[in-house]
Amino acid sequence: MYEAASVVWVISLPLLGALLATVWRQHAATIGWVSSVLTAGCAIWLLWVVQHAGVQELALGGWEIGLGISLYADGLAAVMVLMSSLVVLGCSMYARQYFRTQRQHELFWPLWLLLATALNALFLAGDLFNVYVTLELLGISASALTALGAKRAALRAALRYLVVGLLGSMLYLMAITLLYAAYGTLNAVQIAEALQVNPLGWAALLLMLAGLALKMALFPLHFWLPPAHSNAPAPVSAALSALVVKAAFYLVVRLWFEVFAPLTTPLLANVLGALGAMAVLWGSWSALRAERLKLLAAYSSVAQLGYLVMFFPLLMVLEGEARQWLFGAMVLFALSHAFAKSALFLAAGILLRYAGHDRIRELSGTTQFLPLTTFVIALAGIALVGLPPSGAFLGKWYLLDAAFQTGQWWWVLVLVAGSLLATAYVFRLLGHAFGHLPAVKRPFVAATQEIPALALALMATFGLGLGAMSLWSWLAHTGTGAGL
Amino acid sequence: MNELLNVLTDALGENLPLWIVLSSFSVGLVIFFVQEGSHRLRTTLNLLAAVVKLLLVGVLIWGVYHGQVYEVRWVIAPNLELLLHADALSMLFVTLSALLWLVTTVYAIGYLEHSPHRSRFFGFFSLCVSATVGLALAGNLVTFVMFYEFLTLATYPLVAHKGSHEARKAARLYLAYTFTGGLLLLVAVVWLKSIAGPLTFVQGGILDSLPAETHSALRWIFLLMIVGLGVKAALVPLHGWLPKSMVAPAPVSALLHAVAVVKAGAFGIVRVVYDVYGVEFAAFLGVLVPLGVVAAFTIVYGSTLALFQDSLKKRLAYSTVSQVSYIILGTAILGPLATVGGIVHLVHQGIMKITLFFAAGNYAETLGIHRVSQMNGVGKRMPLTTLAFTLGALGMIGIPPMAGFISKWYLGLGALEAGVLLWVMPVLIASSLLNAAYFLPILYRAWFLPADPWPDEHIKAQRWETHGMLLWPPVITASLALLAGLLASAPFSPLEWAQLITAREYK
Repeated sequence: MYEAASVVWVISLPLLGALLATVWRQHAATIGWVSSVLTAGCAIWLLWVVQHAGVQELALGGWEIGLGISLYADGLAAVMVLMSSLVVLGCSMYARQYFRTQRQHELFWPLWLLLATALNALFLAGDLFNVYVTLELLGISASALTALGAKRAALRAALRYLVVGLLGSMLYLMAITLLYAAYGTLNAVQIAEALQVNPLGWAALLLMLAGLALKMALFPLHFWLPPAHSNAPAPVSAALSALVVKAAFYLVVRLWFEVFAPLTTPLLANVLGALGAMAVLWGSWSALRAERLKLLAAYSSVAQLGYLVMFFPLLMVLEGEARQWLFGAMVLFALSHAFAKSALFLAAGILLRYAGHDRIRELSGTTQFLPLTTFVIALAGIALVGLPPSGAFLGKWYLLDAAFQTGQWWWVLVLVAGSLLATAYVFRLLGHAFGHLPAVKRPFVAATQEIPALALALMATFGLGLGAMSLWSWLAHTGTGAGL
Repeated sequence: MNELLNVLTDALGENLPLWIVLSSFSVGLVIFFVQEGSHRLRTTLNLLAAVVKLLLVGVLIWGVYHGQVYEVRWVIAPNLELLLHADALSMLFVTLSALLWLVTTVYAIGYLEHSPHRSRFFGFFSLCVSATVGLALAGNLVTFVMFYEFLTLATYPLVAHKGSHEARKAARLYLAYTFTGGLLLLVAVVWLKSIAGPLTFVQGGILDSLPAETHSALRWIFLLMIVGLGVKAALVPLHGWLPKSMVAPAPVSALLHAVAVVKAGAFGIVRVVYDVYGVEFAAFLGVLVPLGVVAAFTIVYGSTLALFQDSLKKRLAYSTVSQVSYIILGTAILGPLATVGGIVHLVHQGIMKITLFFAAGNYAETLGIHRVSQMNGVGKRMPLTTLAFTLGALGMIGIPPMAGFISKWYLGLGALEAGVLLWVMPVLIASSLLNAAYFLPILYRAWFLPADPWPDEHIKAQRWETHGMLLWPPVITASLALLAGLLASAPFSPLEWAQLITAREYK
């Protein structure tokens, strides 16, 4: 029981923080970062618990499973919680100096901690209704945070974001209504056991996929993402691109490989994979054409999510050890993108402040006046292109490997084209950085913001590129009824 | 002395290859943070790292010579591991890199005196050498690919260093070529790994036991790998980036052309042919002849274009295109003597070409000479530099007793042995004549024509003809090129080492 507390703490700590930050407004920032630090600590503890004491299942309030709120923590969930908590921690440290007025702090921190709560609760949700609640909470707090950009464009993007989010959750809600009517439960494990192959199951699966594809901005439903992600304040953009879309992706993985495992077919997986391939090509191309750094980063997210979906058709054909490796590689790719993209957005925020704009054409000579920020952008770029050492490199390696093993060489072509485009958009940016300007005396210009961004970027590259071996053993901790 | 070395090898243990890579990597990271004005601190760090690396390499040679096995393994993902180890071939390349890095560092310190962004420059410079040493010590293809890509990343800022429009354009071109190549190499390696399992470098190759139905895939993979590696080795028609990258500062050109980048490509091809495919199996697959033809064409093409360049650095660049392919030609001819010729040229070309680039940099830095047509009478003004240049040029032509002669001699013998003399010999002769045609006029101008006024004299002749830190590096490397030829049969000479490697490559 003592171990199970870790599951509760990673959700209740940020929630508590959000409440306290609402009450003690003048200390919002302090409460915010302290609770982020504590949450990250608890996330490490949770991972340790899952690794040593196995999968944690928990029914809150003593209600038996199937009735109350149930929480479920296996290796995958714990890894996602850790990812989310670390990115939130990095962004929190950054946000302390990023927001300049007390009013901004008062608005930001409660919503921010609520977002962190929603993310962790979503990763740990054990039944499909909980998932719905956390999805709504996530969508609302995310669009409210986007609106903090306070410009006209930001407000418009936030409103659109809210509507799209609601539409997505609505589709999801319809699906779980169908399931509840048929099976009388919403517990993920119980549904997975009871599920039959019939039109109702199909309808539920397709509705859920459609709703979540909208939320994760899968091509061609990505239209809302670039304006929303590029107009929000830097730490918010970072969390939106790194975490919020990942949450939808995480749910797709859970539903696809666990709950709906009997219903999924290679054909459907190939359709998803094809959409992913389109996302890679279209997203990368749009990133190359983008005129502003934040827009580039947002389009790059569309492409990166495309790669994640491309793992699906290959996971459907592989078996045994090779499949587990590929699955781990997919998770690693998601983690690598989370750290790299958040670092990139944080760096873009610093650039915006010191250069006054983020128009790529005019970003000449940043190596001179913002050396460390440029370095962060370069590291994040390495992870986005998938160059060694980075988690994305390993992810792409296994994707290529699986494509060759199963003879599906067309994914190789997509991957090659996507990587070339990614190289082009990253180095179009860095090429401008080496312009003529007198050198500054200090390597650190905005240390309090640069160091968190650097830490995230290092995590995506050297951390995950060279030290990710344990990930596969963490992911091996799966519970009963799980299809993996 | 022996005891000291024994103590050292014990203390450093099996991880020595890792320390060799990290010695420059860590210092590179520190240098980024050194303030621009702290000239002395940066110089100390640079030289310290270079000397320490060279000493570590010395200990490594000592250890390997005494039968110590060095292997560093690090599993980065299931079924995927980084492996650093020291075999005879890697020792050759590591020693070359470490030695030339020290010399180039001294040169670069002199060359970049008073120019801006030196901390950035030397930081990437160190990272670049770490990447080179890393790929030299790579024990399997996975590790090799990782360092190969890392090398591209580390050299990009050096090419773009000047920050001018031209420099950034050249850097972009460089990147477009090398990343496309790197990506093709990656695809090929993953493909090969899915067929053949872990791709550890083993002398004599690892693929000959694969079933016959994989052979056509193996040919495609070979093609992809050669294209991927050929970009850096500047095989025609993949050489376009090399002459354009000449906008980089002279020490970078020297390093790119003599040690790091082009050699990474050539070294990779040697590795793939000998230690992955196995030269005999590659010949059986029928992939060596096309490779040899491309190399031969590159040799003649590069030399021909060099003839028409008035810009000294561009002429040297095309000369590099041509000379690096000697290594590949030697690799593509089946037979131990040609192998010796190819491998030994890896070292010989390096020390000769770096000499030429140092000298070209000295002319530009001291007198503002950038073109061949401005070099009249420069021999009297800068005798030592011009002497070094002369030795390098004669070596390139292949005149005994310079190092270049040894390479060509073994290539010719190898062609005779393999029975391909008929088409290799004309290539060698044509190339030597072309070499003579583009180098001898320069020597004639420099020594025998009366001097014109210098375009832009920065450094006055005082005790020496130019700044000491610019003068000694080419003199040292020219002497090395001479010694490598004169003492070719002495123990520990590059030739002897190449023969040792070759003996192990043929089963």
